[in-house]
Amino acid sequence: MSVLIFIDQAEGHVKKASLEALSYGAKVAEQLGTTAEGVVLGTVTEDLAALGKYGVKKIHHVSNDTLNHFDAQVFTAVIAQAVTAANATVVIFSNNVDGKAIAPRLAARLKAGLVSGAVALPDTSNGFVVKKNVFSGKAFANIALSSPIKIISLNANSYKIVAGEGTAEVAPLNATVEASRVKVTAVNKVTGEVPLSEAEIVVSGGRGLKGPENWGMIEELAHLLGAATACSRPVADVHWRPHHEHVGQTGLAIAPNLYIAIGISGAIQHLAGVNRSKVIVVINKDPEAPFFKAADYGIVGDAFEVVPKIIEAVKKVKGIA
Amino acid sequence: MKILVCISKTPDTTAKIAFTDNNTKFAQDGVQWIINPYDEWYALVRAIELKEKDPSTVLHLVTVAGADTDPVIRKALALGGDEAFRVNADSHDSFYIASQIAEIAKTGNYDLIFTGKETIDYNGSSIGGMVAELLNLPYVSLAIKFDLNGTTTTITREIEGGEEICEVQLPLVVSCQKGMAEQRIPNMKGIMGARTKPLKVVEPVATEVLTSIVGFELPPAKAGVKLVPADNPAELVRLLHEEAKQI
Ligand SMILES: Cc1cc2nc3c(=O)[nH]c(=O)nc-3n(C[C@H](O)[C@H](O)[C@H](O)COP(=O)(O)OP(=O)(O)OC[C@H]3O[C@@H](n4cnc5c(N)ncnc54)[C@H](O)[C@@H]3O)c2cc1C
Repeated sequence: MSVLIFIDQAEGHVKKASLEALSYGAKVAEQLGTTAEGVVLGTVTEDLAALGKYGVKKIHHVSNDTLNHFDAQVFTAVIAQAVTAANATVVIFSNNVDGKAIAPRLAARLKAGLVSGAVALPDTSNGFVVKKNVFSGKAFANIALSSPIKIISLNANSYKIVAGEGTAEVAPLNATVEASRVKVTAVNKVTGEVPLSEAEIVVSGGRGLKGPENWGMIEELAHLLGAATACSRPVADVHWRPHHEHVGQTGLAIAPNLYIAIGISGAIQHLAGVNRSKVIVVINKDPEAPFFKAADYGIVGDAFEVVPKIIEAVKKVKGIA
Repeated sequence: MKILVCISKTPDTTAKIAFTDNNTKFAQDGVQWIINPYDEWYALVRAIELKEKDPSTVLHLVTVAGADTDPVIRKALALGGDEAFRVNADSHDSFYIASQIAEIAKTGNYDLIFTGKETIDYNGSSIGGMVAELLNLPYVSLAIKFDLNGTTTTITREIEGGEEICEVQLPLVVSCQKGMAEQRIPNMKGIMGARTKPLKVVEPVATEVLTSIVGFELPPAKAGVKLVPADNPAELVRLLHEEAKQI
């Protein structure tokens, strides 16, 4: 018996979401009185044994070149073999792009109950119950899993990374790898930016910023804070900002530690994508803007006057300037 | 060419979220039901566009739900589906739902199955992947662009921090999100025509249920916003640094 964690990597680097999943999986294993193991696919440049510090005892590594391109079907078949190798009864994914594609496939293959978007450790006091986000972050549901194998995909920033001591045994897994039926022809990545889905701080702008030419201060503030930038839907719709920055019900749902909303009204559909943020700061010139009801801190004022002053103050705090 | 689009009903985006029966049931009073936005705006509309380009395309819809979903399915037919199946079952278990859809898909021999990226109520993003696995088909998730050339599909999908373009042969399953198409409003002709289009009610096949909802919770209320005067933004930075400890 074990808890198996899928370690997601891109271009050889383990994603931050996977460190959360590893820490979470190690705790689940502790709760169940068993051990945590990991599975990683493809070529990895990082020291896998060092991932032991997040609590995994063993890492199954399938280093087949085919696996350097993501294909949900191929990955699922390989992970299913790792589930057997690890004799896993609980499998953990990050609820990110890859996890959303593989976890359900694996669940169907293994007839395993799946809770996607988990936000807390399972309650194992009476069965196996996992809390997840529902209604786009407006509520939680507690879901009981009754199948012998259980699959959980963990929402980003829902479990803190716990690093201790220890190294993991890295065990090459000689799995059968099918040929992929998905041919990747191009990958366009925005380089040099913090990926929005993984960011701990997000600086976001809305229609109140009047035009794309005014985003310099948003980018500068984000850069100073090591944050990602985001925007409201109308801003992406009129192409002031790229579509992948659009957050909300129809865009990306995020849960950073700090969300700074500038010139955004806080319509319910926008809130649905950001209401899981730990701390929300709102800067809006309209004191009646609905966003203030969801905010922890706020300034009623003109963004064009307030934001440059915030930038100066952040520089002072950071010892720059 | 045969396309199957998976449709589910969800509460309207602005619906009040509340629970009854000791927090075990969603309070439906006064809730307006809509087609899940991802199913409608992106999956269904893109399928309609494909049919408009090649009128020999057959476009079917499937939902797994009780009879109260019929108005929502009729609206999807009004937008442009040819025929709809409603598997007569009420379940929140994604494996159960996906198994029912896979059963319909098997009998219809579809070239393409579209789902929305997730529903806005249970946020599972699971049905597409499960259906693909049950049918042993490739699955491309989070598609933002979809083109068809003969039996080859070219799909742009979201990845972390960017996008990826891939080519896959039919048949396959695709989950759709923003970018695929633009929302449409059904016209009078569509609404009238939808009344006579077949909506077939099918009984479910026996399938295990692997998960069940024990109860719901609402997030704790916010303590209220702490306002900082506009002429002193440095105070906000101090609070974020010293009190919230976020910067
Ligand atoms: C089904 C559906 C799904 C949707 N999905 C999304 C979604 O995913 N994400 C999303 O964001 N929206 C979504 N929307 C749209 C949403 O309802 C709002 O229209 C949108 O969020 C408003 O964006 P905004 O706040 O940037 O613009 P506005 O509503 O125009 O608000 C601009 C705000 O800026 C303030 N402002 C103006 N000038 C200044 C200044 N100089 N300084 C400071 N503040 C200023 C104003 O007071 C105002 O509050 C959806 C709508 C529907 C119907």
